[in-house]
Amino acid sequence: MATNSVPRVRVPAQAKAGDMIEIKTLISHEMESGQRKDSAGKTIPRQIINKFTAVFNGKTVFEADWHPAISANPYQSFFFKAKESGEFKFTWKDDNGSDYTATAKLTVA
Amino acid sequence: MASAHRLQSRRDLMLSAAVAGFATMLAPRLALADVKAVEDEIKKLYGDKKIDSGKIKLDVPQIAENGLVVPITVEVESPMTDADFVKAVHVFADGNPLPGIASFRFSPECGKANASARMRLAQTQNIVCVAEMSNGALFSAKAEVKVTIGGCGG
Repeated sequence: MATNSVPRVRVPAQAKAGDMIEIKTLISHEMESGQRKDSAGKTIPRQIINKFTAVFNGKTVFEADWHPAISANPYQSFFFKAKESGEFKFTWKDDNGSDYTATAKLTVA
Repeated sequence: MASAHRLQSRRDLMLSAAVAGFATMLAPRLALADVKAVEDEIKKLYGDKKIDSGKIKLDVPQIAENGLVVPITVEVESPMTDADFVKAVHVFADGNPLPGIASFRFSPECGKANASARMRLAQTQNIVCVAEMSNGALFSAKAEVKVTIGGCGG
């Protein structure tokens, strides 16, 4: 299965203190639902990303639990209120135990 | 003898036709979650706690041409301060093989409780979401999405 998942995140590089910024993330992944059958009629085992976590300066700010009903190449966006400069760390947890990560810096003027 | 045999085979035929008809009627229903499955999921999370309506803006298309990728945006009215914020929003569907879609967990750092994702819908159905506030209050909202082409493995 596709284990070469590539995350992409869009975080504004700069923001003013108090600004509400939108963070958009996308990761390439099959999100195999476990509902489909192959040509031999055998169920294709489930393999999805089941959790997305966004951490800013060490503190979890947003999390999403995903079920098989989330589309392939899952997109997730959320908001964040800029207060101080720092770094985001995003983690996607795969059913197969692997983690995919991405980071992004935010400078607050 | 011959007529009895013919009769029997006709009865068999009718019986098998009836069984087949019944099976096709029943099969898609058995495979999919329903309103009760969604209620059960909510009960698992919050028991019999009272759920109010309002506060939630659930943004889904009225008609989705492709059930494989249906955008969803949920926004919950809240000041998002340390004392009063939205803890979580759970999204369910009552016509998919499984009732759960996603759970979004917010923090006061979010500034506003708004999240977007994309989901798969097998058929025309209702999207139900339940928001849990930091003080324990629950709110829910519901919207129907008409799906032209289902998103369940073809």
